[in-house]
Amino acid sequence: MNQELTLTVNGEEHTLAVESGEMLLDVLRGRLHLTGTKKGCGEGECGACTIILNGKAVNSCMIPALKAQGGRVETVEGLADGEKLHPLQQAFVEEGAIQCGFCTPGILMSAKALLDETPAPDSEQIREAISGNVCRCTGYVKVEQAIQKAVKMLGEENS
Amino acid sequence: MKYVMANSGADAVDILRRANGDGRVIAGGTDLVLDIAGGKYAPSVLVDISAAGDMREIVPREQCIAIGGSVTHSQAARSEVILREAPALAEACAAVGSLQIRNVATLAGNVVNAQPAADAAVALSALGATCVVAGEEGDRILPMERMYEGFGKSAVDSARELVREIRVPRRKKGEASAFIRLEMRKALALPMLNVAAAARVEDGVVVWARISMAPVGVGPVRAVAAEEGLVGFSLEEEVILRAAEKALEQANPRSNPLRGTRAYRMQVLPVLVARALRAVRTQLEKEEEETR
Repeated sequence: MNQELTLTVNGEEHTLAVESGEMLLDVLRGRLHLTGTKKGCGEGECGACTIILNGKAVNSCMIPALKAQGGRVETVEGLADGEKLHPLQQAFVEEGAIQCGFCTPGILMSAKALLDETPAPDSEQIREAISGNVCRCTGYVKVEQAIQKAVKMLGEENS
Repeated sequence: MKYVMANSGADAVDILRRANGDGRVIAGGTDLVLDIAGGKYAPSVLVDISAAGDMREIVPREQCIAIGGSVTHSQAARSEVILREAPALAEACAAVGSLQIRNVATLAGNVVNAQPAADAAVALSALGATCVVAGEEGDRILPMERMYEGFGKSAVDSARELVREIRVPRRKKGEASAFIRLEMRKALALPMLNVAAAARVEDGVVVWARISMAPVGVGPVRAVAAEEGLVGFSLEEEVILRAAEKALEQANPRSNPLRGTRAYRMQVLPVLVARALRAVRTQLEKEEEETR
């Protein structure tokens, strides 16, 4: 059954008809063509599909699209400001925190959700924030370093 | 299938009533979405309670802390009042899944999904929590022990009713709680064993103790023999070790190919029970020092 869904994605409002059983991930990728967010496992065990919904990092593969009714969604496509990379993206590139890149959009959003709430997280907080994002390539060390670098970069931007 | 957002607990019950048994409550959905995809349920209406205005808060009342039916694991793990008065619950909630899951998954859902190893449920059991189940006939109030009807079977019929509130008794001076989890990873892992303990000590001796263990039966299992054996004794090492061994009397774990054999779990369970009791003792010692 089709129902109408209105939500804001990366600052832009969308109204569209969705199936009641459709997941938010499928709406983002399939209907809004925002394919940055990845489908890894489809069952909330890998975090590749992580987006920010109403300020919280969630697994979009398990969020029924209609649950996000009237909500505010942020995806990886919303990080950069035109051509200018977000400090998180810049830091990931500079620190070598990206190998195959499949987990990257999800980890970036988990990191962003953390920094939005806790601008100066410690190591434990960073690890907690990304422990729902599985990365098969990097071993996480560079990822953590990149997030710490982004913290510094954002701190300098805001001072 | 129709997807409906309920704006209150009563609204949800009403929508379920009109769906006449074909509807189902969805809170965070982290279990239900997968169950539906796997064909376990096929509701014609999903009633989403995550935005229900009257169930989203953690409210300290005189006799209890009232945790709304839509409160998430994240909320509970970070709640000041829960961290202070029900540390076992804060720790249990923080242990579930991943942050992405904790941000939407509810405590009520953890209880109602009725899986044996549920973490929040184990802590709630040791804390002596009660659940307010809202249905067509009004509320019924059930202690944690009565929330399970079998393996994976809740006393709550999610096609007709929902847990609108979970009540945790206020912590009094001389009381403490702790939660210990044996797990293969620090995240995205079900527990191999989880244990929660709570106790009240007066004049140096235990007045009451509750020890809940999982997955060693249907839902959280209370180690009643161990609990009774603690009353009247102080929480010294030998007393703790004796209680830890007694906890085995109520434990009946199955063998799991991923998370441990029955034999292994029976060996490790007393170690965890002892750790939980020691953590309780440490909290009480700390409380005594602070109030001197």
